[in-house]
Amino acid sequence: MTTTTLTTRPAPARTGATGDPAARARARRSRLLHWIAVHTVAVAAALFFLLPFVFVFLTSVMSDNQAMSGELWPHEWHWSNYLTVFRTPGFLDWWKNSLLYAGLGTLLTVCSAVPVAYALAKFRFRGRRTAMILVISTMMLPPQVIVIPMYLVWAQQLHLAGSLWPLIIPMAFGDAYSIFLLRQFLLTIPQEYLESAKVDGCGELRTLLRIVVPMARPGIAAIALFQFFYCWNDYFGPQIYAAQNPASWTLSYGLESFKSAHSVNWNLTMAATLLVMAPVIIVFFLAQKAFVEGVTLTGVKG
Amino acid sequence: MATTTPAPALRRKRTRARLRTLGFLSPWLIGFSVFFGYPLIATVYFSFMHYNQIRPPAFVGLRNWRYVLTQMPLFGPALWNTLWLVVVMVALRVVFGLGIGMLVTKIKSGAGFFRTAFYVPYLAPPVAATVAFVFLLNPGTGPVNEILGAVGIPAPSWFNDPDWAKPSLVMLSLWGIGDLMVIFMASLLDVPKEQYEAAELDGAGAWGKFRYVTWPSITPIVMFAVVTGVVQTMQYYTQALVAGKLASGVSIGPGTVIQPGYPDHATLTVPQLVYSLGFQNFNTGAACVLSLVLFALAMAVTTLLMRKRAGLLAAED
Repeated sequence: MTTTTLTTRPAPARTGATGDPAARARARRSRLLHWIAVHTVAVAAALFFLLPFVFVFLTSVMSDNQAMSGELWPHEWHWSNYLTVFRTPGFLDWWKNSLLYAGLGTLLTVCSAVPVAYALAKFRFRGRRTAMILVISTMMLPPQVIVIPMYLVWAQQLHLAGSLWPLIIPMAFGDAYSIFLLRQFLLTIPQEYLESAKVDGCGELRTLLRIVVPMARPGIAAIALFQFFYCWNDYFGPQIYAAQNPASWTLSYGLESFKSAHSVNWNLTMAATLLVMAPVIIVFFLAQKAFVEGVTLTGVKG
Repeated sequence: MATTTPAPALRRKRTRARLRTLGFLSPWLIGFSVFFGYPLIATVYFSFMHYNQIRPPAFVGLRNWRYVLTQMPLFGPALWNTLWLVVVMVALRVVFGLGIGMLVTKIKSGAGFFRTAFYVPYLAPPVAATVAFVFLLNPGTGPVNEILGAVGIPAPSWFNDPDWAKPSLVMLSLWGIGDLMVIFMASLLDVPKEQYEAAELDGAGAWGKFRYVTWPSITPIVMFAVVTGVVQTMQYYTQALVAGKLASGVSIGPGTVIQPGYPDHATLTVPQLVYSLGFQNFNTGAACVLSLVLFALAMAVTTLLMRKRAGLLAAED
């Protein structure tokens, strides 16, 4: 695997072909123009990416009346809108449910993905290639393809519709995307480490827990983050299984109904929107390195 | 294969190795059979049944297939919208992602700030991002149209206009370009610097350097971005559904049934139609037929991906 860093490499020193001062001045001017052009485009792009957050935030602190106007800047800052959102019946339950789904789901995914990814990366056995192809196929499969029979089983045979368990339980049985990503990461661990562990008398399970897991910590962190975000953002799953029972709604699912409950109050809806965005963005800043590593991993060849 | 019969000890060792492999793979083997194999077979079974989820299923032969493929009025628009999004959204995302990736590698001052600024929208949960965009672009009081109006540019109705609803979704997807930006940036930084210098000595301009140095070395990543983009876009569901629902202004409560696709089926995608058929109309058979159509499309793309490899199966052996 190629290692990539987020820091731009220093530009190679331009060796002026000639010592001629006029040529050097020309080169400096063209470099300055280049700098200005690049940074103008960068600022324009930054506005495109950041202004939506700014407008959402500004509206979230407007009064009810002002939020119905087209004005952009709040007359008074109504921080209490955020309190109102928290006091909305159900909002705290949605938080709890999102944390349960994302937390437990992530834990189960990691526990089940580690041994599978390890076997796929390091064991030699017949059918290994087929297994990988099946993992990738599952990964590519739109969740809507298999949802109807699955729903019928959970609802009619197991009577778990109206809860998040039909979404959490399958994660104890290996998530294809996590298995795939972690396998790509484990491929980069040199075989010698595993062999020397075996020489020291470690069984496969001990090798996995003592040698592989500590070395694979960045990869495990990446799949954990991805899975956490996936669960936190999931809308389709809760819509299928939790919709019937508002007590098991998650933030992502509840947010949409929030808008209709406060149909004209864009200010409250925007406050709620920011409150749904905030946790993932905070988690990102806390775990930026692992995250970027994971994103890069998806696109990097072994 | 050894020609002689393996000694019992060796055979025992092999059996142990096989059991060990099975043991490590068991979570996935169970998950794959129960949560993938079974439902796939059941979907095929239900596609030949009439089943309203109350009375027991009854065999109807190809009736569901005929209905979905030739008679169902919404199948055409849903398929068209999904294909439109697959082509337009993926193409623009790749071009825009590459552009932003290149921009980021050229920024000298404040690089950290710009990278983070470009990346963060990708993190916004899809529902939250969609709600935000429905607000930003709402024709009544939305900031975007306020600004366009102040500048004197005629403002479209975005999510409320059948012609503009899909382009608005594309804009939303470009806002969340962070994932592509990162992988393009990483691959651009991996292009050997000496090659640029050599090209420069040969008198290549900016375009020549891109065409003959950058492009050949990033093609695998572009390919990867295209294929994963196609796969993701075929599943495109949440943003289209939420945007349509919210822009329609119909109040949504538990139990309300809203046919997706507002305005005028412009945002109806195939996955939404599966949901609508299966969970709103309880037409299990037709929903399963449509699921299988989606499955066939997804598998066609996956096969292409395996063939072109696109880096996914690399380092296999």
